[in-house]
Amino acid sequence: MPPLTLTVFWALAGMAITGATLCITRRSPLASALWLVVTLFALAGLFVLLDAQFIGVLQVLVYAGAIMVLFLFVIMLLNLGRPGPSDLKGPVGGAVAALLAGTLLLQLGGVGSSGPPDVIRMPEGTVAALQREQGMVGAVARPLFDTYLIPFEITSILLLAAIVGAVVLAKRKL
Amino acid sequence: MTFFLIASLIKILAVFTVIMVGVALLTLAERRICAWMQDRLGPNRVGPQGLLQPAADGLKNIFKEETYPAQADKTLFVLAPAVSFIPALLTFAVIPFAAPLPTPWGQVSMVVADLPVGFLYILAISSLGVYGIVLAGWSSNNKYALLGGLRASAQMISYEIAMGMSTVAVLLLAGNVTLSQIIARQQDSLWFVLPLGLAFFIFIVAAFAETNRLPFDLPEAEGELIAGYHTEYSAMKFSMFYIAEYSNMVTASALMVTLFFGGWDIPFTNWDTTGPAEVLKTLATLAVFGFKTICFLFLYIWVRWTLPRFRYDQLMALGWKVMLPLALVYLTILATAIWILHTRLGWAYEARFAWALAGLNAGLAVVLFWFLDRGRLVSGSVETGSA
Repeated sequence: MPPLTLTVFWALAGMAITGATLCITRRSPLASALWLVVTLFALAGLFVLLDAQFIGVLQVLVYAGAIMVLFLFVIMLLNLGRPGPSDLKGPVGGAVAALLAGTLLLQLGGVGSSGPPDVIRMPEGTVAALQREQGMVGAVARPLFDTYLIPFEITSILLLAAIVGAVVLAKRKL
Repeated sequence: MTFFLIASLIKILAVFTVIMVGVALLTLAERRICAWMQDRLGPNRVGPQGLLQPAADGLKNIFKEETYPAQADKTLFVLAPAVSFIPALLTFAVIPFAAPLPTPWGQVSMVVADLPVGFLYILAISSLGVYGIVLAGWSSNNKYALLGGLRASAQMISYEIAMGMSTVAVLLLAGNVTLSQIIARQQDSLWFVLPLGLAFFIFIVAAFAETNRLPFDLPEAEGELIAGYHTEYSAMKFSMFYIAEYSNMVTASALMVTLFFGGWDIPFTNWDTTGPAEVLKTLATLAVFGFKTICFLFLYIWVRWTLPRFRYDQLMALGWKVMLPLALVYLTILATAIWILHTRLGWAYEARFAWALAGLNAGLAVVLFWFLDRGRLVSGSVETGSA
């Protein structure tokens, strides 16, 4: 990787990790939500570095722009913005969390030193060629609406069920 | 590489300056046009025709005392104006504003960044603008400001969906999300406002709602909420919200020009799109782009001083029960029409194709108007029976 790209990567990675840490340590729900927005933004930047501009933009559009705004909306509507009591579960909870985090870090270290497996690697320049040929959106849309059409449509049924459920729960009198 | 960096830097500075000066003049234009509509004079004392009024306002706001409400969340209170200001300026980066400029070092495209995801970038960044308003409302520790912030978040999300749906129609015809390609498609045939008239109608209504302008300025409805989300703001911070609102208007106008009115295309001639790049072409297309954008800005001001504000429930009902179903039905009809013309009849996209869609849109517009009107305006104004 060229040095400039590497610098940008580390800056974004640092931003994402800082944001995520602050998100889970802040007492105020509003501050947590805002740090989560920062994290999502940094992740979108990382997607752009990976040549996946479409995913990066969608990350901002859907998560930062719509879902997190709804989070803020609910926090403000219920007036939960002030810091509440801590929800840390005492020394036992801390020990379990440390154990899990340690395991995860060990596994990540293993993955980091060996690199990604050959199965999920594409030959050099595949993505660039695909995007030249079909455009940035086409490269994502074509497999989605062609090869994986049935799984994609099934996902929409899942979403529909969730919406119907939400309406039923929210409206007592139908 | 060096040339690219220098050219980009110059373009960024130029666009930034033009938008800031434009916003300043727009505040004056708004007051003068409003005065003209109400048969008054408006501000005309500072400089010739009041042209220096924005500078005077700016100076006043910089020197005013800044107040902080008691028990406000100070960090967020200071952050909020910046959060609403930055996305408003960022969105203009992907809009092409003139034909390429030839220089001794190579051709410079007249757009700050021609992103491959162009149009989606605008949707993404403009959806972030609401954070500034929401945070301002929440951090002020004022119930009216909070209500304004709540309204803003609900309104922006509701109308974002209708806006996104109406632009899907543009993407169907253009086949690409790059704004330069969308303009090129319109230069080859017709401006998209003809083949996609109803999409433009939906888009312009949603754009008014997204920029929080009358008749949709519920977040700052002064009759009920004092001044809404910026009630507690004073001096330059207050001004920042206004700059953000007006830059959003400029971007929305430029976007409407780009998506539906051919961008920097000069109508009825191919001189601007064919042949080698010339400085004269760049200047002429820049002027045409500016003129079209100013027309839409005037429309914004015109509508603001003409229409009354909606009630909040009317706003929500319009967004979810009219605009969204309308956009969905329109998309279905349009996609079917394009499929028939393109796949069954085998037409390539050219003038004939566009005119066929324009006819379809005219027919749909009549049906839509008949449905929305239902004898309220047209036949309502005709006297029935003997008085």
